[in-house]
Amino acid sequence: MKSVIVIGAGGAGLVAALSAYENGAKVTVITKEYPTRSQTSMAQGGINAVLSEEGGDSIEIHIQNTLKSASALADEQVVSFMCKEAPNAIRWLDSIGVPFSRNDKSKIAQRKLGGAYAPRACYAQDYTGLKILHTLYDRCQEAGIEILNERYLLEFITNKDNNNKSFVCGVSVLNKRSGEVEAYEAKSVIVATGGYSRVYHDYSTNSVSTTGDGIALAHRAGVRLSDMEFIQFHPTALKNSSILISESARGAGGYLLNSKGERFINELLPRDEVARAIYDEMAKGYDIFLDIRHLGTEFIENELPQEAKLAKLYENVDPSVELIPIKPAAHYTMGGIEVDKNSSTCINGLFAVGECANHRVHGANRLGGNSLLELVVFGKQAGENAAKYICDFDKKVDLSAQKKSFEDQIIKIKEFSNEINFYEKQRELGELFYKNLGIKREKSAMQALLNEVKEMKAVLPKMGVSDKTKEYNTNLIEFLEFKNILDLSELVLISAISRQESRGAHFRVDFPSADDKKFKAHTIIEERMVSYED
Amino acid sequence: MKINIKRGEVLCYEIQAKNQTLLEVLNEIKTTQDSSLAYSSGCRSGVCGSCAMRVNGREILACSYHVQDGDLVEPLNNAPVIRDLVVDMDKAYGFNAKAKAYLSADIDNILITHEEQKINELQSDCILCGSCYSACPVYAVNSEFLGPFALTRVWRYVSDKREQNPKEKIDNIQTNGVWDCTLCNACTLVCPQGISSKADIEKLRARSALVGYMDPNFASFGFSGGFDGSPIF
Ligand SMILES: Cc1cc2nc3c(=O)[nH]c(=O)nc-3n(C[C@H](O)[C@H](O)[C@H](O)COP(=O)(O)OP(=O)(O)OC[C@H]3O[C@@H](n4cnc5c(N)ncnc54)[C@H](O)[C@@H]3O)c2cc1C
Ligand code: SF4
Ligand code: SF4
Repeated sequence: MKSVIVIGAGGAGLVAALSAYENGAKVTVITKEYPTRSQTSMAQGGINAVLSEEGGDSIEIHIQNTLKSASALADEQVVSFMCKEAPNAIRWLDSIGVPFSRNDKSKIAQRKLGGAYAPRACYAQDYTGLKILHTLYDRCQEAGIEILNERYLLEFITNKDNNNKSFVCGVSVLNKRSGEVEAYEAKSVIVATGGYSRVYHDYSTNSVSTTGDGIALAHRAGVRLSDMEFIQFHPTALKNSSILISESARGAGGYLLNSKGERFINELLPRDEVARAIYDEMAKGYDIFLDIRHLGTEFIENELPQEAKLAKLYENVDPSVELIPIKPAAHYTMGGIEVDKNSSTCINGLFAVGECANHRVHGANRLGGNSLLELVVFGKQAGENAAKYICDFDKKVDLSAQKKSFEDQIIKIKEFSNEINFYEKQRELGELFYKNLGIKREKSAMQALLNEVKEMKAVLPKMGVSDKTKEYNTNLIEFLEFKNILDLSELVLISAISRQESRGAHFRVDFPSADDKKFKAHTIIEERMVSYED
Repeated sequence: MKINIKRGEVLCYEIQAKNQTLLEVLNEIKTTQDSSLAYSSGCRSGVCGSCAMRVNGREILACSYHVQDGDLVEPLNNAPVIRDLVVDMDKAYGFNAKAKAYLSADIDNILITHEEQKINELQSDCILCGSCYSACPVYAVNSEFLGPFALTRVWRYVSDKREQNPKEKIDNIQTNGVWDCTLCNACTLVCPQGISSKADIEKLRARSALVGYMDPNFASFGFSGGFDGSPIF
């Protein structure tokens, strides 16, 4: 039996693994990719921490900024813990070798991101996530932590103890290479599988693997989810590919223009306001562009090289003389697996951390730079607690029966009739979500979408895979991901329909203001039903 | 337009592509023509290193390459092909641990100047796409050669002011390491991040010399070789 299994090898998973290891546990990390390919590599902007109060910033202000952005839906105590731990988190990253950019005093450099009072985001050029992730990976190599690559999580396996309380006792995974189902017994499991923005498919800035698997499967195992309707849209993704053009383009003085060449909003307002303004212009039938021509070729080459490269590659425009076509796209999912103050889910031994978890620090809207921070602070906590938990674990586990049942399930899925191409449905779903559950929402459109989702679920057996091969069957993996996406779609929809108010990233055209009396509370999903909790 | 994809045998696909990246084209083929095609992708924007493959013999990232009529797409070289364009990177990534490409101990509160930071800024841009291993002629014949990205990573840590035991790392790269490279520069030419493992290897050689190591080729043959380090026999 394994001691601690971490599912997911992004920033959250690797920090949790290192922390469990440092606390004496034997750790195994499982990922459907390779660790360094995780979405964490994409983060550019930075990671928040108040390292000095010289410029007038303080931990208290970091807490306030975070709470404000969260629109009264964050837990003040947890936010306060995270912001206080932030300087330690950076110190630790520095101590293991993260090559942060430096300032003139040879200390870690910081820059200002949206919603922050002061320059607070520590960064490593435009490669903050990449360099943090790779350094964590190197650290895991040093520690000799076992990493099982290219294994796709199928299920969290649970059992009941003498008090009829559920505990986790292992996972089953599909080895992508061999096509075999593998079941691993474990005393504790940490979920770190990332968010669910790919519900929006082509309308998301995220990595293609951000399909919410861990969240969907945890819910199937009986875990509560929360705040699933809160999804942050980034105002400037490239029009065709949804690849992120970072805020720095607007920060440096870039304009947003409609097809008439008119500016229509103060570009420096918070993300959700800018995104809504763009949405309104698009609803009028306009195309939207980012204009950085006036900044000059030299400035663009020196200060925005990444943006220029991406615009050229994906939109075929030269931003020093042409407009960059953009649209808002789904960027970050605030909701996820409900955890307590110890990063534990409601199933014993099952912990969750990172974008897949809801630690109630982002509330209705995440502050830029806080999610990398969350990975480190709560990754450490989850690892510690998992290591503690396994010390008292004394149960016997036998998973041979489960393994057989998963094998049968895979065989069954391969027998689905494949009359309907699920890739088409997935694309359709993403488009519908963008239109009807995107920046602006309204009851009847969401209700229609919910029916559509239910319809898709009902015809799943008519979908399936055309590739029946065992080895490296990505057709099968993508179908399994689509199933998870459909599951989560329904949960996001029922949460959004139920919340009859506007708050943070959730904007209801039919209920345009906040309703604190009814909805200053977290949306809880338990067994696919919605309720509210403080 | 037509593109050819090596899937064991070479298959030809007819596609409607106008100024599209190879990754977009692969996605199009997979979702509309032939869902059995296997390849890897992730971020779509050149930072996750998942979609390295070869086009007309040269390593590229599928997400950063625009397809041309008649292109031949193949998996990376020098790694076992699992299926179609997917190769097994476990062994290649394993060289990072073998080369001890990590900080040897945690260290607190070290001041690092701009200049000190610049020393390994480029090297830490590596996305572990594996293109350099695919292109390296030495790795092709010596499967124990530590290889370009692992040695670049060693430089990244050896040159880091926070590393307290650089000597140990230098000791560790003498066999199947810095002296086995022919400095052919193939790795540099294919790196999507503009990294030159060759240049990093040269710097590691200089460091090795500083602590008393000698080019084993020179040691056995005297100073008869070219001093650029090119092979002398
Ligand atoms: C373009 C972009 C820019 C960003 N910039 C910033 C920024 O500047 N600052 C900031 O704070 N945040 C930023 N974010 C957000 C931040 O990067 C993410 O929230 C964070 O990286 C999530 O990390 P994670 O470890 O939770 O998950 P991920 O990094 O997404 O990792 C998930 C892991 O789980 C594995 N996994 C998933 N499903 C399965 C399965 N079924 N079986 C096995 N393994 C599985 C994956 O393989 C992967 O290893 C940005 C996000 C994007 C997309
Ligand atoms: S050094 Fe360059 S080519 Fe080699 S793995 Fe790193 S990014 Fe890829
Ligand atoms: S320069 Fe050295 S490491 Fe690079 S490809 Fe040539 S032999 Fe390999």
